[in-house]
Amino acid sequence: MARILKTDGMKKCIGCFTCMLVCSGLNRQNHSISKSAIRIKTSGGLSGKFVANACIACTGERACAESCPTGALDPRPGGGVILDSKKCISCRKCAKACIVGAVYFDELQNTPIICKHCGACARYCPHECLRMEEVSDDI
Amino acid sequence: MIYEDYIKVLYIDLSSRKIRIDHRKDLTEYLGGVGVASKLLEENLKGDLDAFDETQPIVFAIGPLTYIFPVVTKTVAMFKSPLTGELGESYAGGRLALTMLHAGYDAVVITGKADRPCYISISKTDIDIKDARALWQISSDDVGRIIRERETGEGKRSIIRIGPGGENLVRFASVCVDTYRHFGRLGLGAVFGSKNLKAISIIGDRDMPIKDFKSYFKVYNDIYKRATDTGIMSKYHDSGTPINVEPLNLTGGLPTRNLQAGSFEHADSISGEAFAEKNLVRKMACTGCPVGCIHIGQLRKAFGEGYEYESMNVGYDYELIFALGSYLGVKSSDDILELIERVENKGIDAMSTGVALGWATEAFAKKLITEKQTIVALEFGNTANYVKAIEFLADRENEFYRMLGEGAYRASEVYGGQDFALTFGRNEMPGYHTGYGSVVGFAVSARHSHLCNAGYSFDQTAKEFDKEKLVDSLFSEEKERCLLNSLVICLFARKIYDRKTFTEALASVGRNYTDEELDDMADRIYRTKIRIKKACGFSQTDIKLPRRLFETKSMTGMLDETTAYELIGMFNKKVEELMDKP
Repeated sequence: MARILKTDGMKKCIGCFTCMLVCSGLNRQNHSISKSAIRIKTSGGLSGKFVANACIACTGERACAESCPTGALDPRPGGGVILDSKKCISCRKCAKACIVGAVYFDELQNTPIICKHCGACARYCPHECLRMEEVSDDI
Repeated sequence: MIYEDYIKVLYIDLSSRKIRIDHRKDLTEYLGGVGVASKLLEENLKGDLDAFDETQPIVFAIGPLTYIFPVVTKTVAMFKSPLTGELGESYAGGRLALTMLHAGYDAVVITGKADRPCYISISKTDIDIKDARALWQISSDDVGRIIRERETGEGKRSIIRIGPGGENLVRFASVCVDTYRHFGRLGLGAVFGSKNLKAISIIGDRDMPIKDFKSYFKVYNDIYKRATDTGIMSKYHDSGTPINVEPLNLTGGLPTRNLQAGSFEHADSISGEAFAEKNLVRKMACTGCPVGCIHIGQLRKAFGEGYEYESMNVGYDYELIFALGSYLGVKSSDDILELIERVENKGIDAMSTGVALGWATEAFAKKLITEKQTIVALEFGNTANYVKAIEFLADRENEFYRMLGEGAYRASEVYGGQDFALTFGRNEMPGYHTGYGSVVGFAVSARHSHLCNAGYSFDQTAKEFDKEKLVDSLFSEEKERCLLNSLVICLFARKIYDRKTFTEALASVGRNYTDEELDDMADRIYRTKIRIKKACGFSQTDIKLPRRLFETKSMTGMLDETTAYELIGMFNKKVEELMDKP
């Protein structure tokens, strides 16, 4: 069974940013929150709600993969995509194609930041905002 | 700077509008945070000049573990305090520390005075001093919103700002950090005001590769587990700091009605549980803290016929509940939230405000002042009048409120009642009347705060009263906290960050220290702070304790004035020995 990230508990978010710290650290060996594949933002200042922007694991047609001219993004079983950075030419078409704005770009490495649905962010979330869900393989 | 052998300091001079960036290798001897900020304050301070003199510096600093380890979330601000006239030191959480780290500065020093109201915008590629004329006299809440809409960097940004209280130079004005946190104490807001500085916005998103991921993440994991799985931090998340109301009240350590009593008959309706059940709508965290102690209460107020309500979300904590609650005889959580909201909007320190109003209320009852001065009758429990008084105070409505804005000490010099103006070195008291530990602790601590040496905690945990033990505990805690505050951890996590833990954390990011080196560093930092106090003309031997402390029974019984001064003398001797050390 494949697993995908679900961000449906965000109403409980306390805004600690641990998910971003852990994602940047584990996946990109970087302390910067700008390297994270999940982004926590506030809507309307701190008195507003916290929202999470992360890959929603599209199944079937994946717009980011479709937009990639070099085939660097392959469908990931269960949802989302897998990046083959050797094929990536840094055109950023995937970032533009993602309608939920969940494909970020690493300006220094010149590659998109693609969520692997590894579950690290959910594992470290202290307030039950993020979770992993088992899904069947759509491919 | 993380992974570098220097401390990166950004200097901004508002008079000349010039900036400078220094890489200071020598400052690494001061670890970070309060150590570095003390040194920078000492270098830039004019001890003999007024706190509002335009040459006086404001220093902000973060530490070597900031954000990258759990609960290392604070920024320290240092300045000459307009309230006490000596060492000003204040801490705030929120996002400020994260953004300083990611903007690439360990410390920021601001001097000079802008020729017109301004705000500073700092990002990794720019520093700008911008026009804020139209923002003057606008509440800190609205200013946050306006700057948020003007500046980029959503989610990676911190906006710190003052309200009218700071602009009007109320000597205990605060600086609001990201809506729910503050540099509350000792008047940093007024120093901002004196510089025509309304706000600072910092955006940080620089690249920071991890040098040794394996060792870093091993220590991170260990600390994360202890912060979230063990019970060490749960009290801060569950009820939050207001959990203190009940035990302090039961044992007689909750300052009530201007410390005429140590317990409050309505404590049940202002306890942590009462707030949680009636008002709590949300908990929040400073960035990098998986605990989340920020408790937001909702206040619903009717403003017209036909079910017309306005609602406000207000952050609450123990110290605010004490100062604007029991200390003023205010007996409901709704009323306290209303007073907090008013204090927030005006941008003044809740603790000093409550304690100053407590003095004024008793002075009013004793007819030292009359309604001609106070405009409204000041009576314990009269929330509606306190709301007005807070506005008069922040707006410096008349001569009396102008004096009250100078602090309870100065106001009582003019109007009388110094015996019941509860200040330590001119700083209004914190919410603990627990015994010699609290009284002596507040008196001798570098910034006259309960957080410097935890004397109140000694009172609550010591099995027996022993003068030597108390003084030793205050002295060693004061020094150890120089290290914790140089890392700028949140002190709620002090039980997690013992020496062994933070030494490992430092080593995992390439900074290796022996115990002896850390001891030396603590001495060096504490000595710097004492030198700053002396340079400002402060003498610990001149400290005067208000009589009321010895008239109202504390948690550990009646206190004797002579003993308190004896203990202060014993502490002073230790300080002198430290200062005489080569």
